[in-house]
Amino acid sequence: MPEDHVGTVPLRISINGQTHDLQVAPWTTLLDLLRERLRLTGTKKGCDHGQCGACTVLVDGRRIDSCLMLAAMAEGREITTIEGLRANGALHPVQQAFIDHDAFQCGYCTPGQIVSSVGLMNEHRAPTRSDVRELMSGNLCRCGAYSNIVDAVMEVIERKGRP
Amino acid sequence: MNPFQYVRAHDIAEAIHAAAGDGAKFIAGGTNLIDLMKENVEHPTKLVDITHLPLDRIEATAGGGLRIGALVRNSDAAYDERIASRYPLLASAILAGASAQLRNAATTGGNLLQRTRCCYFYDTATPCNKRSPGSGCGAIGGFNRMHAILGVSEHCIATHPSDMCVALAALDAQVHVSGPDGERVIPFHEFHRLPGDTPQIDTSLRPGELITAVELPAEAFTQHYTYLKIRDRLSYAFALVSVAVALRIDGGRVAEARLALGGVAHKPWRDHTVEELLVGQAPVEPIFARAADAVLRGAKGQGHNDFKIGLARRAIVRALKQAAADTPQSQSEKRVA
Repeated sequence: MPEDHVGTVPLRISINGQTHDLQVAPWTTLLDLLRERLRLTGTKKGCDHGQCGACTVLVDGRRIDSCLMLAAMAEGREITTIEGLRANGALHPVQQAFIDHDAFQCGYCTPGQIVSSVGLMNEHRAPTRSDVRELMSGNLCRCGAYSNIVDAVMEVIERKGRP
Repeated sequence: MNPFQYVRAHDIAEAIHAAAGDGAKFIAGGTNLIDLMKENVEHPTKLVDITHLPLDRIEATAGGGLRIGALVRNSDAAYDERIASRYPLLASAILAGASAQLRNAATTGGNLLQRTRCCYFYDTATPCNKRSPGSGCGAIGGFNRMHAILGVSEHCIATHPSDMCVALAALDAQVHVSGPDGERVIPFHEFHRLPGDTPQIDTSLRPGELITAVELPAEAFTQHYTYLKIRDRLSYAFALVSVAVALRIDGGRVAEARLALGGVAHKPWRDHTVEELLVGQAPVEPIFARAADAVLRGAKGQGHNDFKIGLARRAIVRALKQAAADTPQSQSEKRVA
Protein backbone atom coordinates (compact mmCIF):
# COMPACT_ATOMS: atom_id res chain seq x y z
CA MET A 1 0.00 0.00 0.00
CA PRO A 2 1.24 3.50 -0.71
CA GLU A 3 1.97 5.64 2.31
CA ASP A 4 -0.56 8.42 2.08
CA HIS A 5 0.05 11.53 4.13
CA VAL A 6 -2.53 14.27 4.30
CA GLY A 7 -1.02 15.94 7.37
CA THR A 8 2.55 15.61 8.54
CA VAL A 9 4.93 12.91 7.35
CA PRO A 10 6.99 10.77 9.72
CA LEU A 11 10.66 11.09 8.86
CA ARG A 12 13.69 9.20 10.07
CA ILE A 13 16.83 10.92 8.90
CA SER A 14 20.50 10.88 9.87
CA ILE A 15 22.15 14.27 10.07
CA ASN A 16 25.88 14.46 10.73
CA GLY A 17 25.78 10.95 12.21
CA GLN A 18 22.84 11.56 14.51
CA THR A 19 19.47 9.92 13.84
CA HIS A 20 16.38 12.12 14.11
CA ASP A 21 12.77 10.92 14.26
CA LEU A 22 10.60 13.81 13.12
CA GLN A 23 7.19 14.76 11.81
CA VAL A 24 7.39 17.22 8.93
CA ALA A 25 4.86 19.06 6.80
CA PRO A 26 5.15 17.72 3.22
CA TRP A 27 6.09 21.14 1.84
CA THR A 28 9.08 21.57 4.19
CA THR A 29 12.32 21.63 2.24
CA LEU A 30 15.40 19.90 3.59
CA LEU A 31 17.01 23.35 3.87
CA ASP A 32 14.20 24.72 6.04
CA LEU A 33 14.21 21.58 8.17
CA LEU A 34 17.93 22.00 8.84
CA ARG A 35 17.81 25.71 9.55
CA GLU A 36 14.43 26.32 11.15
CA ARG A 37 13.72 23.07 13.00
CA LEU A 38 17.15 21.71 13.82
CA ARG A 39 18.93 25.07 14.11
CA LEU A 40 21.76 23.91 11.87
CA THR A 41 22.18 27.36 10.38
CA GLY A 42 25.57 26.72 8.80
CA THR A 43 23.75 25.71 5.61
CA LYS A 44 22.72 29.02 4.04
CA LYS A 45 19.62 30.11 2.16
CA GLY A 46 20.78 32.22 -0.75
CA CYS A 47 18.39 32.23 -3.70
CA ASP A 48 16.12 29.37 -2.49
CA HIS A 49 15.73 28.37 -6.17
CA GLY A 50 18.70 26.09 -6.88
CA GLN A 51 20.71 28.77 -8.60
CA CYS A 52 23.40 29.76 -6.07
CA GLY A 53 24.57 26.62 -4.23
CA ALA A 54 24.68 28.27 -0.77
CA CYS A 55 22.43 25.47 0.54
CA THR A 56 24.63 22.60 -0.69
CA VAL A 57 24.61 19.52 1.57
CA LEU A 58 25.69 15.92 1.03
CA VAL A 59 22.95 13.28 0.78
CA ASP A 60 24.54 9.85 1.10
CA GLY A 61 27.82 11.56 0.21
CA ARG A 62 26.48 13.31 -2.92
CA ARG A 63 26.14 17.08 -3.11
CA ILE A 64 22.70 18.51 -3.84
CA ASP A 65 20.88 21.82 -3.36
CA SER A 66 18.86 21.32 -0.17
CA CYS A 67 16.43 24.13 -1.10
CA LEU A 68 15.01 21.95 -3.90
CA MET A 69 14.61 18.73 -1.89
CA LEU A 70 11.53 18.01 0.17
CA ALA A 71 12.54 16.86 3.66
CA ALA A 72 9.96 14.05 3.40
CA MET A 73 11.90 12.65 0.44
CA ALA A 74 15.09 12.38 2.52
CA GLU A 75 13.61 9.46 4.48
CA GLY A 76 16.36 7.01 5.45
CA ARG A 77 19.14 9.15 3.96
CA GLU A 78 22.36 10.31 5.59
CA ILE A 79 22.79 14.06 5.43
CA THR A 80 26.10 15.82 5.99
CA THR A 81 26.15 19.57 6.53
CA ILE A 82 29.02 21.99 7.09
CA GLU A 83 28.62 21.34 10.84
CA GLY A 84 29.37 17.65 10.26
CA LEU A 85 32.69 17.98 8.41
CA ARG A 86 34.83 18.56 11.50
CA ALA A 87 36.29 15.31 12.81
CA ASN A 88 38.05 14.66 16.14
CA GLY A 89 38.11 18.35 16.95
CA ALA A 90 40.02 19.24 13.78
CA LEU A 91 38.81 21.20 10.79
CA HIS A 92 38.19 19.25 7.60
CA PRO A 93 41.16 19.67 5.23
CA VAL A 94 38.97 21.69 2.85
CA GLN A 95 37.95 24.02 5.67
CA GLN A 96 41.60 24.54 6.57
CA ALA A 97 42.54 25.10 2.93
CA PHE A 98 39.86 27.80 2.57
CA ILE A 99 41.43 29.61 5.55
CA ASP A 100 44.97 29.14 4.26
CA HIS A 101 44.07 30.48 0.80
CA ASP A 102 41.79 33.30 1.98
CA ALA A 103 39.09 31.70 -0.18
CA PHE A 104 36.24 33.96 0.93
CA GLN A 105 35.36 37.53 1.70
CA CYS A 106 31.88 37.95 3.20
CA GLY A 107 31.62 34.23 3.90
CA TYR A 108 27.96 33.70 3.07
CA CYS A 109 28.58 31.27 0.21
CA THR A 110 31.47 29.58 2.04
CA PRO A 111 29.64 26.67 3.74
CA GLY A 112 28.09 25.76 0.39
CA GLN A 113 31.44 26.13 -1.38
CA ILE A 114 33.17 23.88 1.16
CA VAL A 115 30.48 21.18 1.21
CA SER A 116 30.35 21.27 -2.60
CA SER A 117 34.16 20.88 -2.71
CA VAL A 118 33.92 17.81 -0.47
CA GLY A 119 31.20 16.44 -2.75
CA LEU A 120 33.40 17.15 -5.77
CA MET A 121 36.24 15.16 -4.21
CA ASN A 122 33.87 12.25 -3.50
CA GLU A 123 33.09 12.21 -7.24
CA HIS A 124 36.75 11.94 -8.39
CA ARG A 125 36.01 13.84 -11.62
CA ALA A 126 38.17 16.93 -11.27
CA PRO A 127 41.88 16.44 -11.85
CA THR A 128 42.53 19.90 -13.38
CA ARG A 129 41.77 23.54 -12.58
CA SER A 130 39.42 23.69 -15.58
CA ASP A 131 37.51 20.71 -14.23
CA VAL A 132 37.27 22.29 -10.78
CA ARG A 133 36.02 25.57 -12.24
CA GLU A 134 33.43 23.76 -14.35
CA LEU A 135 32.27 21.36 -11.64
CA MET A 136 32.05 24.10 -8.99
CA SER A 137 29.98 26.39 -11.21
CA GLY A 138 26.87 25.61 -9.15
CA ASN A 139 28.31 27.65 -6.28
CA LEU A 140 28.19 31.39 -6.85
CA CYS A 141 30.41 33.81 -4.93
CA ARG A 142 29.30 37.41 -5.37
CA CYS A 143 32.49 38.67 -3.68
CA GLY A 144 34.37 37.00 -6.51
CA ALA A 145 36.76 34.86 -4.47
CA TYR A 146 36.77 32.23 -7.21
CA SER A 147 40.51 32.14 -7.93
CA ASN A 148 41.34 31.51 -4.26
CA ILE A 149 38.53 28.96 -3.98
CA VAL A 150 40.04 27.02 -6.89
CA ASP A 151 43.48 27.31 -5.24
CA ALA A 152 42.11 25.87 -1.99
CA VAL A 153 40.32 23.00 -3.73
CA MET A 154 43.32 22.18 -5.92
CA GLU A 155 45.63 22.08 -2.92
CA VAL A 156 43.50 19.44 -1.20
CA ILE A 157 43.01 17.44 -4.41
CA GLU A 158 46.75 17.44 -5.15
CA ARG A 159 47.66 16.58 -1.56
CA LYS A 160 45.23 13.64 -1.62
CA GLY A 161 46.72 12.46 -4.89
CA ARG A 162 50.22 12.17 -3.42
CA PRO A 163 51.29 8.79 -2.11
CA MET B 1 4.42 26.57 -1.56
CA ASN B 2 0.76 25.61 -1.38
CA PRO B 3 -0.24 22.78 0.98
CA PHE B 4 -0.44 19.38 -0.71
CA GLN B 5 -0.87 15.73 0.07
CA TYR B 6 2.28 13.59 -0.04
CA VAL B 7 2.13 9.96 -1.18
CA ARG B 8 5.12 7.64 -1.26
CA ALA B 9 4.66 4.95 -3.92
CA HIS B 10 6.56 1.65 -3.93
CA ASP B 11 5.81 0.26 -7.39
CA ILE B 12 4.65 1.52 -10.77
CA ALA B 13 1.04 0.39 -10.43
CA GLU B 14 0.76 2.05 -7.05
CA ALA B 15 2.23 5.28 -8.40
CA ILE B 16 -0.12 5.40 -11.38
CA HIS B 17 -3.12 4.64 -9.20
CA ALA B 18 -2.14 7.36 -6.71
CA ALA B 19 -1.66 9.94 -9.47
CA ALA B 20 -5.13 9.48 -10.97
CA GLY B 21 -7.28 12.58 -10.93
CA ASP B 22 -6.70 16.29 -11.35
CA GLY B 23 -4.07 18.08 -9.34
CA ALA B 24 -1.71 15.14 -8.76
CA LYS B 25 1.87 15.16 -9.98
CA PHE B 26 4.76 12.73 -9.81
CA ILE B 27 7.91 13.96 -8.11
CA ALA B 28 11.44 12.55 -8.41
CA GLY B 29 14.42 14.92 -8.44
CA GLY B 30 12.15 17.88 -7.85
CA THR B 31 14.69 20.37 -9.18
CA ASN B 32 12.18 22.03 -11.51
CA LEU B 33 8.85 21.21 -9.86
CA ILE B 34 9.77 22.45 -6.36
CA ASP B 35 11.07 25.67 -7.85
CA LEU B 36 7.87 26.19 -9.84
CA MET B 37 5.80 25.46 -6.72
CA LYS B 38 7.75 28.11 -4.81
CA GLU B 39 6.97 30.54 -7.64
CA ASN B 40 3.28 29.60 -7.51
CA VAL B 41 3.43 28.55 -11.17
CA GLU B 42 2.68 24.94 -10.28
CA HIS B 43 0.29 24.19 -7.45
CA PRO B 44 -0.41 20.47 -7.27
CA THR B 45 -2.79 19.21 -4.61
CA LYS B 46 -0.97 15.89 -4.36
CA LEU B 47 2.64 14.82 -4.96
CA VAL B 48 3.37 11.16 -5.63
CA ASP B 49 6.97 10.40 -4.67
CA ILE B 50 8.29 7.91 -7.21
CA THR B 51 11.90 7.80 -6.01
CA HIS B 52 11.36 4.38 -4.40
CA LEU B 53 10.30 2.77 -7.69
CA PRO B 54 12.73 0.26 -9.26
CA LEU B 55 13.56 2.48 -12.27
CA ASP B 56 17.13 3.44 -11.45
CA ARG B 57 19.09 1.03 -13.65
CA ILE B 58 20.83 1.28 -17.01
CA GLU B 59 20.47 -1.98 -18.94
CA ALA B 60 21.47 -3.35 -22.32
CA THR B 61 18.57 -4.02 -24.69
CA ALA B 62 18.17 -7.06 -26.91
CA GLY B 63 18.64 -4.81 -29.94
CA GLY B 64 22.10 -3.71 -28.86
CA GLY B 65 21.05 -0.40 -27.34
CA LEU B 66 20.69 0.84 -23.79
CA ARG B 67 17.65 1.38 -21.63
CA ILE B 68 18.07 4.18 -19.10
CA GLY B 69 15.61 3.95 -16.20
CA ALA B 70 13.56 7.08 -15.62
CA LEU B 71 15.05 7.54 -12.14
CA VAL B 72 18.71 7.36 -13.20
CA ARG B 73 20.23 10.63 -12.04
CA ASN B 74 21.63 12.90 -14.73
CA SER B 75 25.16 12.65 -13.29
CA ASP B 76 24.96 8.84 -13.09
CA ALA B 77 23.86 8.71 -16.72
CA ALA B 78 26.62 11.06 -17.91
CA TYR B 79 29.35 9.18 -16.05
CA ASP B 80 28.05 5.67 -16.74
CA GLU B 81 30.84 3.88 -18.55
CA ARG B 82 28.57 2.47 -21.29
CA ILE B 83 27.00 5.86 -22.00
CA ALA B 84 30.28 7.80 -21.79
CA SER B 85 32.08 5.41 -24.14
CA ARG B 86 29.29 4.42 -26.55
CA TYR B 87 27.04 7.49 -26.51
CA PRO B 88 29.49 10.35 -25.85
CA LEU B 89 27.09 12.84 -27.47
CA LEU B 90 24.55 12.15 -24.74
CA ALA B 91 27.14 12.26 -21.93
CA SER B 92 28.49 15.55 -23.25
CA ALA B 93 25.05 17.15 -23.53
CA ILE B 94 24.13 16.13 -19.98
CA LEU B 95 27.36 17.63 -18.62
CA ALA B 96 26.67 20.87 -20.52
CA GLY B 97 23.51 21.37 -18.49
CA ALA B 98 22.79 22.74 -15.01
CA SER B 99 25.29 22.34 -12.15
CA ALA B 100 26.86 19.34 -10.44
CA GLN B 101 24.37 19.62 -7.57
CA LEU B 102 21.38 19.72 -9.90
CA ARG B 103 22.67 16.85 -12.06
CA ASN B 104 23.06 14.77 -8.87
CA ALA B 105 19.39 15.29 -8.07
CA ALA B 106 17.67 15.54 -11.46
CA THR B 107 16.46 12.36 -13.14
CA THR B 108 16.27 11.13 -16.73
CA GLY B 109 12.48 11.24 -16.82
CA GLY B 110 12.32 14.61 -15.08
CA ASN B 111 14.76 16.13 -17.54
CA LEU B 112 12.29 15.41 -20.35
CA LEU B 113 9.50 17.07 -18.37
CA GLN B 114 11.31 20.32 -17.57
CA ARG B 115 9.18 23.33 -18.24
CA THR B 116 10.33 26.41 -20.09
CA ARG B 117 12.45 29.02 -18.33
CA CYS B 118 10.60 31.83 -20.13
CA CYS B 119 10.58 34.72 -17.62
CA TYR B 120 6.93 35.47 -18.38
CA PHE B 121 5.98 31.87 -17.61
CA TYR B 122 7.66 32.31 -14.21
CA ASP B 123 6.21 35.75 -13.46
CA THR B 124 2.61 35.25 -12.35
CA ALA B 125 1.96 39.00 -12.60
CA THR B 126 2.28 38.85 -16.42
CA PRO B 127 0.19 37.12 -19.10
CA CYS B 128 1.33 33.70 -20.32
CA ASN B 129 -0.66 31.29 -22.45
CA LYS B 130 1.42 28.37 -21.20
CA ARG B 131 0.78 29.11 -17.53
CA SER B 132 -2.67 30.58 -17.88
CA PRO B 133 -4.24 29.64 -21.24
CA GLY B 134 -5.93 32.51 -23.01
CA SER B 135 -4.19 35.23 -21.01
CA GLY B 136 -1.84 36.21 -23.85
CA CYS B 137 1.93 36.12 -24.34
CA GLY B 138 4.13 38.62 -22.53
CA ALA B 139 7.19 37.63 -24.52
CA ILE B 140 5.79 38.61 -27.92
CA GLY B 141 6.56 42.31 -28.00
CA GLY B 142 8.27 42.02 -24.61
CA PHE B 143 11.77 41.05 -23.54
CA ASN B 144 12.41 38.05 -25.78
CA ARG B 145 16.17 37.74 -26.04
CA MET B 146 16.08 34.09 -24.89
CA HIS B 147 13.10 33.07 -26.99
CA ALA B 148 12.40 30.82 -29.95
CA ILE B 149 13.15 31.51 -33.60
CA LEU B 150 11.70 28.31 -35.08
CA GLY B 151 8.29 26.67 -34.82
CA VAL B 152 6.70 29.49 -32.84
CA SER B 153 3.00 30.36 -32.80
CA GLU B 154 1.15 33.59 -32.15
CA HIS B 155 0.39 32.17 -28.71
CA CYS B 156 3.84 31.18 -27.45
CA ILE B 157 7.52 31.71 -28.29
CA ALA B 158 8.99 29.79 -25.34
CA THR B 159 11.95 27.41 -25.70
CA HIS B 160 12.52 23.98 -24.23
CA PRO B 161 15.42 24.31 -21.78
CA SER B 162 17.00 20.85 -21.84
CA ASP B 163 20.45 19.97 -23.18
CA MET B 164 20.05 16.23 -22.66
CA CYS B 165 16.91 16.18 -24.81
CA VAL B 166 18.75 17.73 -27.76
CA ALA B 167 21.14 14.78 -27.76
CA LEU B 168 18.29 12.30 -27.27
CA ALA B 169 16.51 13.82 -30.27
CA ALA B 170 19.63 13.46 -32.41
CA LEU B 171 20.08 9.85 -31.27
CA ASP B 172 16.47 8.86 -32.11
CA ALA B 173 15.76 7.77 -28.55
CA GLN B 174 12.42 6.31 -27.52
CA VAL B 175 10.43 7.13 -24.41
CA HIS B 176 8.81 4.25 -22.52
CA VAL B 177 5.73 5.22 -20.56
CA SER B 178 3.22 3.43 -18.38
CA GLY B 179 -0.24 4.72 -17.61
CA PRO B 180 -3.81 3.89 -16.67
CA ASP B 181 -4.30 2.34 -20.14
CA GLY B 182 -1.09 0.32 -20.12
CA GLU B 183 2.37 0.75 -21.57
CA ARG B 184 3.45 2.42 -24.79
CA VAL B 185 6.58 3.70 -26.52
CA ILE B 186 6.84 7.24 -27.89
CA PRO B 187 9.48 8.13 -30.50
CA PHE B 188 11.51 11.06 -29.18
CA HIS B 189 10.51 13.46 -31.94
CA GLU B 190 6.86 12.92 -31.01
CA PHE B 191 7.40 13.35 -27.27
CA HIS B 192 7.72 17.14 -27.14
CA ARG B 193 5.40 19.32 -29.21
CA LEU B 194 5.25 22.75 -30.80
CA PRO B 195 3.09 25.34 -29.04
CA GLY B 196 0.39 25.86 -31.69
CA ASP B 197 -2.76 27.09 -30.02
CA THR B 198 -2.28 24.90 -26.92
CA PRO B 199 1.10 25.99 -25.51
CA GLN B 200 0.05 24.81 -22.05
CA ILE B 201 0.67 21.23 -23.30
CA ASP B 202 4.41 20.51 -23.45
CA THR B 203 4.41 16.83 -24.38
CA SER B 204 2.34 14.02 -25.85
CA LEU B 205 2.05 12.27 -22.47
CA ARG B 206 -1.55 11.43 -21.61
CA PRO B 207 -2.98 12.28 -18.19
CA GLY B 208 -1.58 10.02 -15.49
CA GLU B 209 1.18 8.53 -17.64
CA LEU B 210 4.58 7.93 -16.04
CA ILE B 211 7.89 7.84 -17.92
CA THR B 212 9.60 4.58 -17.01
CA ALA B 213 12.67 4.62 -19.27
CA VAL B 214 14.47 6.22 -22.19
CA GLU B 215 15.82 3.76 -24.74
CA LEU B 216 18.83 4.43 -26.95
CA PRO B 217 19.07 2.52 -30.24
CA ALA B 218 22.19 0.55 -31.12
CA GLU B 219 23.50 3.20 -33.51
CA ALA B 220 25.55 5.39 -31.19
CA PHE B 221 27.73 7.72 -33.34
CA THR B 222 30.79 7.17 -31.19
CA GLN B 223 33.28 8.73 -33.59
CA HIS B 224 31.83 11.85 -35.23
CA TYR B 225 29.79 13.85 -32.76
CA THR B 226 29.71 17.08 -30.78
CA TYR B 227 27.47 18.98 -28.43
CA LEU B 228 28.17 22.68 -28.84
CA LYS B 229 26.39 24.98 -26.42
CA ILE B 230 26.53 28.76 -26.78
CA ARG B 231 25.44 30.72 -23.71
CA ASP B 232 25.93 34.00 -21.89
CA ARG B 233 28.59 32.53 -19.57
CA LEU B 234 30.73 29.45 -19.99
CA SER B 235 28.98 27.28 -17.42
CA TYR B 236 25.68 26.91 -15.62
CA ALA B 237 23.48 28.88 -17.99
CA PHE B 238 20.73 27.94 -20.40
CA ALA B 239 21.59 27.79 -24.08
CA LEU B 240 21.13 30.72 -26.40
CA VAL B 241 21.71 28.14 -29.11
CA SER B 242 22.98 24.59 -28.79
CA VAL B 243 23.74 22.07 -31.51
CA ALA B 244 23.99 18.29 -31.31
CA VAL B 245 25.64 16.70 -34.31
CA ALA B 246 26.21 13.03 -35.06
CA LEU B 247 27.72 11.93 -38.36
CA ARG B 248 28.69 8.71 -40.03
CA ILE B 249 31.39 9.36 -42.61
CA ASP B 250 32.28 6.70 -45.14
CA GLY B 251 34.94 7.10 -47.83
CA GLY B 252 35.14 10.86 -47.39
CA ARG B 253 31.37 11.33 -47.76
CA VAL B 254 28.64 11.83 -45.18
CA ALA B 255 26.78 8.53 -44.97
CA GLU B 256 24.37 9.59 -42.26
CA ALA B 257 23.75 12.90 -40.50
CA ARG B 258 21.88 13.89 -37.39
CA LEU B 259 21.47 17.52 -36.43
CA ALA B 260 19.40 18.81 -33.50
CA LEU B 261 19.16 22.30 -32.04
CA GLY B 262 18.40 23.50 -28.52
CA GLY B 263 17.45 26.97 -27.31
CA VAL B 264 15.66 27.85 -30.54
CA ALA B 265 12.24 26.19 -30.32
CA HIS B 266 9.51 24.78 -28.08
CA LYS B 267 11.09 21.34 -28.55
CA PRO B 268 14.51 19.98 -29.58
CA TRP B 269 14.61 21.00 -33.25
CA ARG B 270 15.39 18.41 -35.90
CA ASP B 271 15.04 18.82 -39.63
CA HIS B 272 15.20 15.53 -41.52
CA THR B 273 15.21 17.18 -44.95
CA VAL B 274 18.42 19.02 -44.07
CA GLU B 275 20.00 15.83 -42.77
CA GLU B 276 19.22 14.21 -46.10
CA LEU B 277 20.85 17.14 -47.91
CA LEU B 278 24.11 16.32 -46.16
CA VAL B 279 24.11 12.64 -47.11
CA GLY B 280 26.47 11.86 -49.96
CA GLN B 281 28.26 15.21 -49.62
CA ALA B 282 31.84 15.87 -48.64
CA PRO B 283 32.11 17.00 -44.99
CA VAL B 284 33.36 20.50 -45.84
CA GLU B 285 32.42 24.01 -44.76
CA PRO B 286 30.48 25.19 -47.85
CA ILE B 287 28.23 22.14 -47.56
CA PHE B 288 27.76 22.78 -43.83
CA ALA B 289 26.91 26.43 -44.49
CA ARG B 290 24.26 25.39 -47.00
CA ALA B 291 22.80 23.00 -44.44
CA ALA B 292 22.72 25.73 -41.80
CA ASP B 293 20.90 28.08 -44.17
CA ALA B 294 18.40 25.33 -44.91
CA VAL B 295 17.74 24.65 -41.19
CA LEU B 296 17.11 28.33 -40.61
CA ARG B 297 15.10 29.06 -43.77
CA GLY B 298 11.92 29.57 -41.72
CA ALA B 299 13.56 31.26 -38.74
CA LYS B 300 11.92 34.41 -37.45
CA GLY B 301 13.25 36.81 -34.83
CA GLN B 302 11.06 38.61 -32.30
CA GLY B 303 13.28 41.67 -31.90
CA HIS B 304 15.64 41.04 -29.01
CA ASN B 305 16.43 37.52 -30.21
CA ASP B 306 17.11 38.38 -33.85
CA PHE B 307 20.80 37.70 -33.18
CA LYS B 308 20.00 34.02 -32.60
CA ILE B 309 19.48 33.44 -36.31
CA GLY B 310 23.04 34.40 -37.20
CA LEU B 311 24.37 32.77 -34.05
CA ALA B 312 22.57 29.52 -34.87
CA ARG B 313 23.93 29.59 -38.42
CA ARG B 314 27.53 29.93 -37.18
CA ALA B 315 26.99 27.38 -34.37
CA ILE B 316 25.62 24.78 -36.81
CA VAL B 317 28.62 25.19 -39.13
CA ARG B 318 31.07 25.05 -36.25
CA ALA B 319 29.41 21.99 -34.72
CA LEU B 320 29.39 20.14 -38.05
CA LYS B 321 33.09 20.94 -38.45
CA GLN B 322 33.84 19.75 -34.90
CA ALA B 323 32.01 16.49 -35.51
CA ALA B 324 33.59 15.87 -38.89
CA ALA B 325 37.08 16.51 -37.51
CA ASP B 326 36.61 14.29 -34.42
CA THR B 327 37.19 17.29 -32.19
CA PRO B 328 34.03 17.40 -30.07
CA GLN B 329 33.46 20.37 -27.80
CA SER B 330 34.89 19.71 -24.33
CA GLN B 331 32.46 20.54 -21.53
CA SER B 332 35.24 21.44 -19.07
CA GLU B 333 37.91 23.06 -21.23
CA LYS B 334 35.77 25.62 -23.03
CA ARG B 335 38.24 26.82 -25.64
CA VAL B 336 36.93 26.73 -29.17
CA ALA B 337 37.88 23.45 -30.78
